[in-house]
Amino acid sequence: MDFSLLRSSRFHRITLRTLCAACVALLACTAAQAEQVSVAVAANFTAPMQKIAAAFEADTGHKAELSFGATGKFYAQITHGAPFQILLAADDTTPARLDTEGKAVAGTRFTYAVGTLVLWSAQPGYVDAQGKVIQTGDFKHLAIANPKLAPYGLAASQVLEKLGATASVQPRLVQGENIAQTFQFVASGNAQLGFVALSQVMVDGKIPKGSSWQVPAALHDPIRQDAVLLNPGKDSAAAKALLQYLRSDKARSIIQAYGYSF
Amino acid sequence: MPFTSADLAAIGLTLRLAATTMALLLVLGTPLAWWLAHTASRWRGVVSAIVALPLVLPPTVIGFYLLVAMGPNGTLGQFTQWLGLGTLPFTFWGLVVGSLVYSLPFAVQPLQHAFESVGRKPLEAAATLGAGPVDRFFTVALPLARPGFITAAILSFAHTVGEFGVVLMLGGNIPGVTRVVSVQIYDHVEALEYTQAHWLAGVMVLFSFVVLLGLNLTRRKGSMVS
Repeated sequence: MDFSLLRSSRFHRITLRTLCAACVALLACTAAQAEQVSVAVAANFTAPMQKIAAAFEADTGHKAELSFGATGKFYAQITHGAPFQILLAADDTTPARLDTEGKAVAGTRFTYAVGTLVLWSAQPGYVDAQGKVIQTGDFKHLAIANPKLAPYGLAASQVLEKLGATASVQPRLVQGENIAQTFQFVASGNAQLGFVALSQVMVDGKIPKGSSWQVPAALHDPIRQDAVLLNPGKDSAAAKALLQYLRSDKARSIIQAYGYSF
Repeated sequence: MPFTSADLAAIGLTLRLAATTMALLLVLGTPLAWWLAHTASRWRGVVSAIVALPLVLPPTVIGFYLLVAMGPNGTLGQFTQWLGLGTLPFTFWGLVVGSLVYSLPFAVQPLQHAFESVGRKPLEAAATLGAGPVDRFFTVALPLARPGFITAAILSFAHTVGEFGVVLMLGGNIPGVTRVVSVQIYDHVEALEYTQAHWLAGVMVLFSFVVLLGLNLTRRKGSMVS
């Protein structure tokens, strides 16, 4: 048998060319089916979104690239040309604002989750079932998210107002710049208690650590978290698929398991 | 008036924090730098690396570990509680501790280089003239290392002014107590108050430029003298 053909440069050139063509064809093929979608996700929605994205990828073949952070920061980045295709905000005002400013696709806004506020302490037996500890407790620090920046912080300040406790706790308030940091303050024990998102302390429908009071929704405005399709995602099939997926039963059961409602 | 009273409070607090940190770093950093410049100990490399650690660590890492360590369950927190000081996060002195760690290399390294460049010869000469170790340090080493002290003071002050991640983690954003300029700017940006953010941020840029320009001038003067 003559193996000289294998060593000839002409043969190499041909095989290389075929291989390259095959690769390109393959890439083009997968690109047509599976797209990538870049999503800006509010920090409080980190855990459920990771699960949803994994399920979304398994079910559709599209890949969701997630960035987590503060909604206000995302707003600044988006208005300055950040290539996010979807925003999952921590509030409903930011998506509305992007919509009116023409940075989002009109008619794509919807509420993907409604947050629940919980008064939580890392100490077992510290927070009572009615949240009376706010009036009676001799705590040194009560942590809330910055009401100016974070919807959970705004809701917390409304609760304090309704309970008539604003003045008495004012000197003892410490503010996290977002709800994740507020949680850190309480979890590390530096603040004895604080208002956090139920999604942060809930595992499989229960709150396994510390003690808590789930704040009745009547004590504050609803914490509506809205999603919106941004201009860079206008023509992306994957982006539209993800928005639809967020409303699927599968996604909703994940969202609910983390303590959000609709 | 471009600044609100909250902005001015943040500026005042930042300057107080930076001045306190700078003063403490010069006092604590000098013996450390002296030891690093003169020791033959095998621990020198380890200590040098620890001093330089804040240069490479993200400030949020420093802040997070300090938050945990200074908390009621942390070693430092239990120590401060035992001393009757309570816990340090959310207090001015908590920020000072964070800033000391954060700005440590900016004080120690220039001092160490200054002591090294003074060398042993002037000290030995002073010793042969009968000067004791304390006398040698204060009348010979210290004046000769003056440019190093100026650099260390300016850099540790300026670096503390620019601190963000550590304060964010430890501070709790309390007006007049822990809400420094960098956090105030961040709040403005997040709240979409861009005009306020621009004013404060502009002041920071100007301040940093003046500091670096000043540093450059003192360095040039220092090198002309030596």
